Amino acid sequence: MASNGIRDRVAVVGMGCTAFGEHWDKSASDLLIDAASECFAAVPGLTQNEVDAYWLGTLGSGSSGLTLSRALKIDYRPVTRVENFCATGSEAFRNACYAVASGAYDRVMAIGVEKLKDSGFSGLTSARPPDDGTAYSGTAPAAFSLLAPAYCRRYGIDENAMKEIITRIAWKNHQNGALNPRAQFRTPVSKETIAGSPRVAGMLGIYDCSGVSDGAAAALIVRAEDARDYTDHPMYVKALAFVAGPAAGPLSPEYDYTTFEEVVRCAADAYAQAGIREPRREISMAEVHDCFTPTELVLMEDLGFSERGQAWRDVLDGFFDLDGGLPVNPDGGLKSFGHPIGASGLRMLFEMWLQLRGEAGERQVPEATLGLTHNLGGSPGDCVSFVGIVGGELG
Amino acid sequence: MHGILRYGAYLPAARLSRAEIASSLGAPPLQGSRTVAAYDEDTTSLAVEAARSLVVDGAPRPATLHFATTAPAYADKTNATAIHAALGLDAHCFAVDSVGAVRSGVGALCGAAQTAGLAVLSDIRTGLPGSADEQSGGDGAAAFLFGDGEDVIAEFCSMASATAEFLDRWRVPGELHSRVWEERFGAQMYAPLVRDAVGRALEAAGVTQPDRIVVSSPHARAARATLAMFPAASHPEGLEETAGYSGAAHAGLGLADTLDRAHAGQTILLVVASDGCDALVLRTTAALDARRAPRSVRAQLAAGRPISYSSYLTWRGLLRREAPRRPDPAMPAPPASARREPWKFGLVGSRCRRCSTAHLPPARVCVRCQAVDEMNPERFAESRARVATFAIDHLAWSMAPPVVAAVVDFDGGGRLLCELADVDPAQVRIGTRVAMTFRRLYTADGVHNYFWKARPVEDEEDGEQRHS
Repeated sequence: MASNGIRDRVAVVGMGCTAFGEHWDKSASDLLIDAASECFAAVPGLTQNEVDAYWLGTLGSGSSGLTLSRALKIDYRPVTRVENFCATGSEAFRNACYAVASGAYDRVMAIGVEKLKDSGFSGLTSARPPDDGTAYSGTAPAAFSLLAPAYCRRYGIDENAMKEIITRIAWKNHQNGALNPRAQFRTPVSKETIAGSPRVAGMLGIYDCSGVSDGAAAALIVRAEDARDYTDHPMYVKALAFVAGPAAGPLSPEYDYTTFEEVVRCAADAYAQAGIREPRREISMAEVHDCFTPTELVLMEDLGFSERGQAWRDVLDGFFDLDGGLPVNPDGGLKSFGHPIGASGLRMLFEMWLQLRGEAGERQVPEATLGLTHNLGGSPGDCVSFVGIVGGELG
Repeated sequence: MHGILRYGAYLPAARLSRAEIASSLGAPPLQGSRTVAAYDEDTTSLAVEAARSLVVDGAPRPATLHFATTAPAYADKTNATAIHAALGLDAHCFAVDSVGAVRSGVGALCGAAQTAGLAVLSDIRTGLPGSADEQSGGDGAAAFLFGDGEDVIAEFCSMASATAEFLDRWRVPGELHSRVWEERFGAQMYAPLVRDAVGRALEAAGVTQPDRIVVSSPHARAARATLAMFPAASHPEGLEETAGYSGAAHAGLGLADTLDRAHAGQTILLVVASDGCDALVLRTTAALDARRAPRSVRAQLAAGRPISYSSYLTWRGLLRREAPRRPDPAMPAPPASARREPWKFGLVGSRCRRCSTAHLPPARVCVRCQAVDEMNPERFAESRARVATFAIDHLAWSMAPPVVAAVVDFDGGGRLLCELADVDPAQVRIGTRVAMTFRRLYTADGVHNYFWKARPVEDEEDGEQRHS
């Protein structure tokens, strides 16, 4: 992987994040204004007109940079609209960071938004370009549910045990989300309720799926050497990795639906950039793309947090719980915080921002020094992946 | 020698018992069952399934394609072209529909017989809920390849026709049901027409007593009266009781069923009494044994699976059900469909000349070795596969939820993510054996989206394929 990285060259000095959920009273513009306003307010004295350029991530809540500049009445600045499936928010952040690292700009904002609840549909929908109608176009839960029987088969786990494993992932993320005032779902959910919820696809019940929600999140990015001019506790970017795969999974019988090769490659790049050799020990906490519970299970192995075939044991042992060895999705994750596509990657960074500054309240992970965010888009075997690593200190 | 070279038949898997219809409607119990085209089948897809085995490697290429049905998927547009594409026939092959009337089936047989062509007779029969047509109808298709030479399995000996205009049965285009006149009128109109045509056909063939007789008529009483003209031994149990009367396809299914069981050197009299009468005499040859259809009509009948009356009504559009809150599927774009005709209709993927990696859909760049434009086309429609993993999708829209999606790996390499057809979700496992089947995925903006699905196959059928 030929990636030089920009370790410790840029820093986040302000962030904003709306509550995620059913904002019947807010448009995408309203959500953008709320997230941007909170972000500007995080840096006393900074005004919108001192931000040099913007990267807007949205899957489908608007087209072009005008979606943001119209809403904020931006004073004739560059605004780049970014789309990369469910990793859209992370991708906006990544490109904004590079713009600062290149020296092109001093201050930039990455902001993501999605307004999903206005469609009236259940779950995510996507519009495809006109085509021949032959591509299988199932639902997202069906695509990710392909992981469960494959994982069971490969590691000799029976269906009941698998249900217990994925139920525990949902339970853990709901426990965490219940501690988060900005989460979509703030009521702890019992394992019995999760396991007994109506089936959506394969082994997945409603409670195995992430929340369909509205929301926005934003980050203000500056040169690392300037960061302390804005805040006493900046968040330094250690690694930014992104991979788009060749879509080999749906073509190749070698692919067995128990891993995301894109994530494996992407994580290797990120760890190399950040100088991390033992992620399970060195990473303090992670926000990962738990779009569906089996996804989080597989990601624990792909990100190197668990040995191959062992993530299910770590899940059952509570290793990824808030008080475990490596807390995963301390803010509730996509599962309970909700998943407004374009905002999710930045929402993950927002939790890192709070955690690294010691502002995560009841969810505070002790001695948090390095955080990992992981964002995935597409479907197993045919996806894009982002891995970012951030820290509270230089070096 | 001129006649039939090969034949094939297809009965859809779904069976609706007449007892199920009767109990749903609170009517007195009825005997038997009918075949039902699934929600993802139409007369075009049934035709493809019936004709597939006739155009395998080594078979003579038909010069023409004659398609007959009373229930065409499209008007104005030729339906035979989709069949032509799915079978991968030559571009120079003439393809034409004979649609609307039951007698169209005979038209297709004659057209193909005269041109070394392929006749495909296909039908889906409907009627008003509770009607005799509904319970006595059936869906299915049969195909016959005609030609000359020593490979002829049934020689075409003679044909005679009689035509008359009278109102026995009729249907206004667009209506789901036919109207019929009082039964005895039709019976008396048909009787002399049948005697006339049959007499002349037998005389022309020099046959006094055919060994086997197949009678097909939308007028059940006229059909019974025709059969009664011959000894019972020449007409064993017909398909009406278990499969139903399948309109334009019925004569073909009856002939296929007879060819399944006939011996060499037997004469077959085929009588179609519809708006007149057509009588054909055929004589089987010693080549028959080696060229029987891969799956007999009776084997297919035995393999059906029962469906509820509510499923039947839903599939035929007679019962509109609440859909999930999901967007409507998009219409396939005509240019994109035309660009990928071999893939969409023929399941023609590609295989890399450098590293032999198979690609479905066909690709220009190899996923393994990245070679560009080094591909050979390869048809996967006849290949068997196994389920690598699967998902039962309760959220996706379907007329028969839940949708079962599966990743299937072909025996000779290659993988496809597709829907499963004719499937009991509880029976799907990793490793389940599947065969590909041509289906209509959905219809959007008046466009039928034809493509392939995988259907689970029993060990027995799987074995037949592997040994053939």
